[in-house]
Amino acid sequence: MGLREGVFLAKLQDLINWGRKGSLWPLAFATACCGIEMMAAAASRYDFDRFGVIFRNTPRQCDLLIMCGTISRKMAPIIKRLWNQMPDPKWAIAIGSCAISGNIFQTYSTLRGLDCIVPVDVYVPGCAPKPEAFYEALIMLREKIKRDKPIVVGEER
Amino acid sequence: MEREKADLILNMGPQHPSTHGVLRLVLELKGEKIVNSDAIIGYVHRGVEKLAEHRKYMQILPVFDRVDYVSANTNELGFVLAVEKLLGIENEIPERAQFLRVIMAELTRISSHLIWLGTHALELGAMSVFLYAFREREKIMDLFEEIAGGRLHTGYMRIGGVAKDTTEKFEDELKGFLKLFPEKIEDYETLLTRNRIWLSRTKGVGIIDKETAINWGITGPILRAAGSDYDVRKYYPYCAYDMIEFDVPVYENGDVYDRYRVRMEEMRQSVKIIEQCLKKMPKGPVQIEDTTVILPPKEEVYNTMVGLIQHFELVIHGITPPPGEVYAAVEGPRGELGYYIVSDGTNKPYRLRIRPPSLINIAILPELLKDHYVADVISIIGSLDPLMGEVDR
Repeated sequence: MGLREGVFLAKLQDLINWGRKGSLWPLAFATACCGIEMMAAAASRYDFDRFGVIFRNTPRQCDLLIMCGTISRKMAPIIKRLWNQMPDPKWAIAIGSCAISGNIFQTYSTLRGLDCIVPVDVYVPGCAPKPEAFYEALIMLREKIKRDKPIVVGEER
Repeated sequence: MEREKADLILNMGPQHPSTHGVLRLVLELKGEKIVNSDAIIGYVHRGVEKLAEHRKYMQILPVFDRVDYVSANTNELGFVLAVEKLLGIENEIPERAQFLRVIMAELTRISSHLIWLGTHALELGAMSVFLYAFREREKIMDLFEEIAGGRLHTGYMRIGGVAKDTTEKFEDELKGFLKLFPEKIEDYETLLTRNRIWLSRTKGVGIIDKETAINWGITGPILRAAGSDYDVRKYYPYCAYDMIEFDVPVYENGDVYDRYRVRMEEMRQSVKIIEQCLKKMPKGPVQIEDTTVILPPKEEVYNTMVGLIQHFELVIHGITPPPGEVYAAVEGPRGELGYYIVSDGTNKPYRLRIRPPSLINIAILPELLKDHYVADVISIIGSLDPLMGEVDR
C-alpha cells in the first residue's frame, strides 16, 4: 500500500473489507431488555455513530443484525424472514444470554438461541450486557471482516 | 357489528421502529383514515407466570426484573410486597429499607419516563430530545450501578428488606443528580411543550375520556391525563409513601399532549419525593433479622456454624409462606402493577398472576385508533407507552 501522486495501491480485497467494516448498518430492531441497552449504546454517552454504525429501519438497507432479547417461537419465523431480506454480505451478533441460549426463560414458548435460525458471528454474554460489551462485539466483528475473502475466483464460496 | 369495508389493509410491525417493541397492528384503511384495526400481541411471550410456579420465592425475583425491563425496581417491589403480605411481615420491615425502596422506585420512574420521552419524541421527529433524555438516564444507571451492582436489572429488593445499604458516594451523587435534574426537565419542556410541530402532532389526538378510561380499566398516567386522580401511592399507600408529601398531577383533556404533561410533572414529583426521602430516612438496619426469610449476613455465614446452617436451610428449602391468597399492587410508571399469589403452603407459589398495566392500557388501542390518520398511530402508541415484555409476559 502506498500513496504516490494521488495513486493509491492496495489489494482490492483489503479495500473492500476496509469499506465494509467502516460502515456497518444494523437493523433498528429488538425484542426485549437488551434493546434498551442498545438504545443506550446508540445514544449520547456511548455514541455508536463514531464507528460508522447507523441504525436503519428496514432490513433492505442493513448488513448487520444485532439480535437483542428473547426470541419466542412466534417471533422466530419473522426474524428468519428479516435475515433473508437483508442483502449480502451480512453479519449477525447475538446480544445477551437470551439470544445465546434462552437464558432463564426455558419454557414452552422460547427459542434456545439465535443460532437455531440464523448463523451468528459474535456472541455477547450478559444479562443485559453493558454498552461497553456492544463495543467489544463490534470491534471483534470488524476484526473478523478484515480477515474476510470477498473475492473468490474459480470456485464456489 | 358489521365492519366497514376497507380499501387497503396495512400490516404494521412486528418489526417496526416505532411500535415500542414487537407489537403488530393490522390496519384497515379508507384513504388515509383507519376504519378498523387489530392489535396482535404475543411476540415476546416467555411464559413468566408458568416459570414462577416452578421456582422458589427467592428465585422468582430475577425473572420479574426482566418482565418490565425498563422499570425493574418497581416490578421487584410489587412482588416483594406481595410475598411479605403473604408471610405477614409487612409491618416488620425496617424503616430505612422502606425509604430506600421508595428512592429506588422513584428513580426507576424517572428513568422509565426518560426512555418514554426520548423514544416518543424520536418517533415524532425530535431526535435531540432522545439524546438529551439518555444523557440524564445514564446518570441514573450510574446510581443503580453504585448501589445495586447492575444497570438494567438491579435485583435490589429482597423479601424482608433491600440488598444493601447506601454508600456515601451514592448519596452524594444522588444529591447532585436531584439538584441538576429539574433544570433538565425545563430543557426538555423548552424543546417540546410549545413546539408547534409537537402541538399539532399531539393536541386533540387519541382522546380517551374519563369514563371510557375507567371502563377499560386503564390506570397510570393515561387515566390521570383523562381527569381521574387514581394513584396507588395515594389511595393504598405502601412502603413510606404515607410519610411523604407529593402531588398527583391530573389533567382534563385525555389526549396525547396531556399524557405528555402528566409524565413530565410526575418526573418533577419524583424528584420531590426522593429529596424528602433523603431528609426523613432514619439510620438503622435495611433487612429484617428473621433468617427464615432473608439470608444471614456473609460474615456470619463464613464464621459461625449457626449462620452457615441458616444460610443452607434457606437456600435449599426456600421461604415457605402459609397457604392463602394475596394481592399487592404498586404504582408502576405505566399504572397499577399488581401481583396475585396463591400459596398452597409449599416453597413455590401454586399460581402467580401479574396485573400488567401495559396490557390493559393498550387493550383500548383498536377502539382508539378508529377514525385517526395513519400518522397518528405512532403518536398514540407512543403516548400509551406500552412495554411489550410486560404485555406478553
